[in-house]
Amino acid sequence: MKQDYLTLENLVKIFETGKNSLKAVDNVSVKVKEGELVTLLGPSGCGKTTTLRMIAGFEIPTSGKIFIDGKEISSIPPNQRPTTMVFQNYALFPHMTVFENISYGLKIRKEPLRNIKKKTEKIINLVGLEGLSKRSPAHLSGGQQQRVSLARSLVMEPKVLLLDEPLSNLDAKLRISTRLEIRKLQQRIGITSVYVTHDQEEAMTLSDRVVIMNEGKIQQLGTPQEIYAYPTNYFVADFIGKANFLNGKVLRVLPSKKLEIEVNGCKFAIGLHNRFFKENDKILLLMRPESVDLFPKKPQSIVGVIQQIIYLGSHLVYEIKVNEGIVTVEISNPLSQKSYSIGEEVSLCPKEDSLHVLPYEEIRK
Amino acid sequence: MNKIKRRANEIVGNLRLIWKEPFLFISIVAIFYFLTVFVAFPIFQVFKNSIIIKGHLDFSNYLAIFSKKYYFQPFFNSMILGISTATIGTLVGFVFAYALTRTPIPFKHFFRVTATFPIISPPFVVALAAILLFGRTGVLTPYLSKIIGKYSIYGLGGLIIVETIAYSPTAFLTLFGILQAVDPALEEASMDLGASRAKVFSTVTLPLTTPGIASAWLLVFIQSMADFGNPMVISGNFRVLSVQAFLQITGMYDLPRGSTLAILLLLPTLIAFFVQKYWVSRKSYVTVTGKPTGATIKQLEWYIKAPVYFCCIFFTAMVFLFYGMIVYGSFQTLWGVNAAITLQNYIETFQVGKDYLMDSLTLSTIATPITGILGMFLAFLIIRKKFIGRGLMEFVSMLTFAVPGTVVGIGYIIAFNVRSTLFPFVITGTAWIIITLLIFRNMPVGIRSGIAALQQIDPSIEEASTDLGADSNTTFRKITLPMIAPAFFSGLAYSFVKAMTAISAVIFVVSGKWNLITIAVLGFVDNAQYAQAAAMSLILISIVLVALGVIQLVVNRVGKGTRSVSLVG
Repeated sequence: MKQDYLTLENLVKIFETGKNSLKAVDNVSVKVKEGELVTLLGPSGCGKTTTLRMIAGFEIPTSGKIFIDGKEISSIPPNQRPTTMVFQNYALFPHMTVFENISYGLKIRKEPLRNIKKKTEKIINLVGLEGLSKRSPAHLSGGQQQRVSLARSLVMEPKVLLLDEPLSNLDAKLRISTRLEIRKLQQRIGITSVYVTHDQEEAMTLSDRVVIMNEGKIQQLGTPQEIYAYPTNYFVADFIGKANFLNGKVLRVLPSKKLEIEVNGCKFAIGLHNRFFKENDKILLLMRPESVDLFPKKPQSIVGVIQQIIYLGSHLVYEIKVNEGIVTVEISNPLSQKSYSIGEEVSLCPKEDSLHVLPYEEIRK
Repeated sequence: MNKIKRRANEIVGNLRLIWKEPFLFISIVAIFYFLTVFVAFPIFQVFKNSIIIKGHLDFSNYLAIFSKKYYFQPFFNSMILGISTATIGTLVGFVFAYALTRTPIPFKHFFRVTATFPIISPPFVVALAAILLFGRTGVLTPYLSKIIGKYSIYGLGGLIIVETIAYSPTAFLTLFGILQAVDPALEEASMDLGASRAKVFSTVTLPLTTPGIASAWLLVFIQSMADFGNPMVISGNFRVLSVQAFLQITGMYDLPRGSTLAILLLLPTLIAFFVQKYWVSRKSYVTVTGKPTGATIKQLEWYIKAPVYFCCIFFTAMVFLFYGMIVYGSFQTLWGVNAAITLQNYIETFQVGKDYLMDSLTLSTIATPITGILGMFLAFLIIRKKFIGRGLMEFVSMLTFAVPGTVVGIGYIIAFNVRSTLFPFVITGTAWIIITLLIFRNMPVGIRSGIAALQQIDPSIEEASTDLGADSNTTFRKITLPMIAPAFFSGLAYSFVKAMTAISAVIFVVSGKWNLITIAVLGFVDNAQYAQAAAMSLILISIVLVALGVIQLVVNRVGKGTRSVSLVG
């Protein structure tokens, strides 16, 4: 059983800017296990970078504590913490070569020259920078610069590796290949890592667990599957993947963690996962586009009229008008399915076990 | 052969494009003409006069440089002064810049203002204040004599103190910009990898700012070498090139000797300028990153903060002391004799000095807008247009920044005293010679800030304008100019300040009809009428401050989110 290696306990950070104060991080608590990669995910300004910088030591928490491997580090200055950070713009020292950049921290630590040479060369090979030791950062491509930044942090063998949106400056294709490399490297070395990004695809691909943040608060903490399939509120459901929301109401609470709900006049039985509801609670029904089958109009179902059809090759996207707005439905492998035309009335039938219920919220479109 | 042919085709192609726009073509030709006549020609004349004596080519002046004391000594003295001032000034500027960018020192705005204040004051005011404080009848002289014994403020020591106060701001502005532009992430990364505060400084901050430090040093060196006002007042028996050149020409009418001294003054400053522009500034690692993180390290140990804070406070105190002295002195009836407080000096200044004031204002007000527009237009040509000789145009237009005013002044009176084939007018003794002098002396700063502003604008915006049918002139007026308006007003502000406080060049070209306030002040100082000199200086400083305030207001209206008027290009 892996231990809790990095613990954030009730972290709060308030910035005073002249007359106003900004609560950037609002009571964030996370326990990261050894060897885990946890991603802080959220829109700009949600507090994820500030949280990361508090772990690194560049921001002092207004309140709360941080523990690494059992030891409290909240008041240790950044250069004495067992963490290293990969900066968003790489922050490579322009007046040093690749080799000097990577070995910088080891030199500061006063490691013997032989060790420095061995470790630096090893990590250069590990990240795929052979032959570039003597180059200066200005003569490297974006992808190469990124790898130097990564190597510089890894060679220090930190207890916790911090990554601040390391892929945001790369082009799309490079981003995809590099993120897999980073994940493989992290798993191979087994280093506990905290990763910050606003790109949900990145978060889903890389992480053991995801922490979704908004306005300084944690919205949900879980594995990518949990976040996607069983979001705990509207924000998470809307932030990850595509989603349709329908208003509904709880009719009855059923045994074995099930719920009977009514939406648009139809009754459904839904499995409960991480929430509790009472009779007559207002709810939002989360219907992912891929979790709906279409049938010709039939009774006792959610009925709608097809407004738009978008053909994407591997799947068809229907935009269907129901009572409260537009529902998007994705049908994969369209050639093997019945297709419908604009203006046709159809019934939306959710696939078994693929619906999820959220507490009701006013939807801000 | 192909390469030459291609290059020739390129030149012809560019010319053709420009030929299609007659206004542009004429402008370029006109500017080349003006630069030749008003920049290159005068300097050439100075050089000519140092080697053509009594009609013959004669290098005896140069051969005598190392043997004759009247050449060797001022040169040696000027160099010592320049090197000392540059070193101390850069140090002061760096401490200030470091304090304002890396420490949580309070009242940052206040310190920044005091650090840059000496730039707007007439150059010799600091020397005047030094006399009021530490001169023979100085206020602090009795106390200081008790501590260090008999001393004289006149000479090298006094000059170093005075020039350091006067020119540290230049170093500060350069270094402030450099330190701000160093990506904070680099220092954070260094800490992240285990470096202590001192190691961060020595392995990251210092190496990255070394080109900036060298730049600052060279700029202060050039200013010190070219300084005329302060040495005129306070150099005593310590002879420097700028003053000696002036005395030889206006006192002894010895044109060859004066010209040689001027060339001796020109060479080090020119070399320093070249080194700074073409070598040091190219080595900069510091680039302005698009995203200002504003995350500078705030927590510092006391043993770093204490000396830094102390230096800032000490320097600020000195600035207040010196300028405060000017205020105090201006209200004295007769310095050293009658300390009764009076407004008489101000009344006298307005009566006697009214003409000088009006002359200065008139000439500066005429010269400044022309300087501004010309500077912007030149920046536009240099950055956005391609034509043969563009590099030469840039070089020559920047030249007057490097050339000491003394040299330019001498050049102007030689060049425009007689009609020449190049310029068939005699303008010595008229307002025009002063105006042209002011324009071409101050143009480089307008050009520099114009270039900096233009480099920030994506060329595609202007290309879009052209694509939609506008010619270069219209694009410049409707698109470029509004976008660089803040830089334009910055340039205007600086030009006006420099025009009002000019002395080293204009002192050669003033006449009975047109005289400047700065020269009147110098006259008062010569006559030991220190109180009157102080009063007039204060009036001058006030006018400059008002003008700057007005321009700042305009900038706030026009520019969106721009910094305050910057006084260094």
